[in-house]
Amino acid sequence: MQALMHQVLSGLANGGIYASIALALVMIYQATHLVNFAQGEMAMFSTYVCWLLLQAGLSYWVAFVLTLGFAFVSGVAIERVIIRPVEQAPVLTVVAVFIGLLLIINGLAGWFFSYTIKAFPSPFPSDAWYGGPYMSPHEVGMIFVTVVVLALVFAFFRFTPLGLAMRAAAQNPVSSRLVGVRVGWMLALGWGLAGLIGSVAGMMAAPIVYLDPYMMTGILLYGFAAALLGGIDNPWGAVLGGPIVGVLENVAGAYVVGTELKLTVALLIIVGVLVVRPSGLFGRVLVTRV
Amino acid sequence: MSTNAGAILETRRLDAAYGPTRVLQALDLAVPAGGIVTLLGANGAGKTTTLRAICNMMVHCAGEIHFAGRRIDGMATEDVVRLGIGHVPDGRGTFVNLTVEENLRLGAYTRRDRGVAQDFERVYSYFPRLKERFRQQAGTLSGGEQQMLAISRALMLRPKLLLLDEPSFGLAPLVVQEIFRILRAINQQEGMSMLLVEQNASIALELADQAYLLETGRIIMAGPSRVISSDESVRRAYLGY
Repeated sequence: MQALMHQVLSGLANGGIYASIALALVMIYQATHLVNFAQGEMAMFSTYVCWLLLQAGLSYWVAFVLTLGFAFVSGVAIERVIIRPVEQAPVLTVVAVFIGLLLIINGLAGWFFSYTIKAFPSPFPSDAWYGGPYMSPHEVGMIFVTVVVLALVFAFFRFTPLGLAMRAAAQNPVSSRLVGVRVGWMLALGWGLAGLIGSVAGMMAAPIVYLDPYMMTGILLYGFAAALLGGIDNPWGAVLGGPIVGVLENVAGAYVVGTELKLTVALLIIVGVLVVRPSGLFGRVLVTRV
Repeated sequence: MSTNAGAILETRRLDAAYGPTRVLQALDLAVPAGGIVTLLGANGAGKTTTLRAICNMMVHCAGEIHFAGRRIDGMATEDVVRLGIGHVPDGRGTFVNLTVEENLRLGAYTRRDRGVAQDFERVYSYFPRLKERFRQQAGTLSGGEQQMLAISRALMLRPKLLLLDEPSFGLAPLVVQEIFRILRAINQQEGMSMLLVEQNASIALELADQAYLLETGRIIMAGPSRVISSDESVRRAYLGY
């Protein structure tokens, strides 16, 4: 029973990371109707930037905030420089660009930082009071940080004029232009925000999975499964999908398939959702008139 | 210098094309400040294209467009809107997943002044039905209510010129009459200029001071609405009596 409790709770903690990645994927999906395969690598690269800042002697939270800034700016830059020219291109072209981005960012990280695995610190000391028998302090802190970040993101979209304009631009670009919204920049801001959210996932995951250029490969798959499970057009669904996938993964890994086959749980969820309920648990069924 | 003194909008030899397909040819059109002009014509004559050309949206143009003393041809849609042109597009352009209130808030997106709160009351006074539904998802509104919302969204910009693309389309005659009555009130109370595109020629000629008749991308007749509506051939072709 105690072991199960442990698996469930640490699954919830991992779920926060998946929820962040899932939300980042959903944000890009809502605007482009495509899944950004490079989302994980963008997060990984930002995590390396954080590592560099920490090596330079900055304190953790200063490095954390600077990394958020880097992730945001690089997300905006990627949209403006790389995605914008292929905005009107066929779907497969854009998918190829996403995969190209994945490989390029991965290669750049290996080139700059080498493929050697590095340890990455946690801001939550292992003897902190908020640890417990079932969860380490880092897991507790990780949940706290992701909840705060996700709450801020939702508040931004719900309560600010800019957030409203970004939602409008993703839903109906033509009408948005007609009320004076600069749609191109809204899409770029969306990429920036997605990059920022992803970088939080990267920095929270790195103390657990260690820092190397492939650290996000598995996490992106879990995040994708979470987004699909929740409904890829529904940000709330994506965020709820995160903890569900996290718990399923941990429990199935411990009691059903074994640790080595954990990643297959994500693949099973992806295939299962696509076959049984393509709109996800909370997604809207899209009916297109032809 | 403007050849039409007092015109808020003027096009000079305006051509427009979708790819290789030419739609408008050498269009000369003027909307007097504070006036209502209607653009009539059959399906495919180029009415919607004219409005899109003014906002530089989805269509390639040549020729000149002047608005309030500035040349606006070639300007990005967002910048044209910011100069004070409110566009009520065909199909209404509702943000269906947002609430009525959010739709209106978006209409005032470019404004930073303090009058926005008053303008909510202003559009609610024209369209009280929207006030009853302001928390409702806009996609659940009826067609007439969505048309009212589209007009209100454009009004929230406090535009100098309102472009209206077939506001009567697909609506019951009573609703059409209500909307046109309110358009007249807005024009009279606020002196807002309007360029109205319509297939429903009789109601458009009733509202407008001046009319242009468009046929396959060319203006074939222009003049005061009274003159146009009493013209024998117009009556037979567009008014059906």
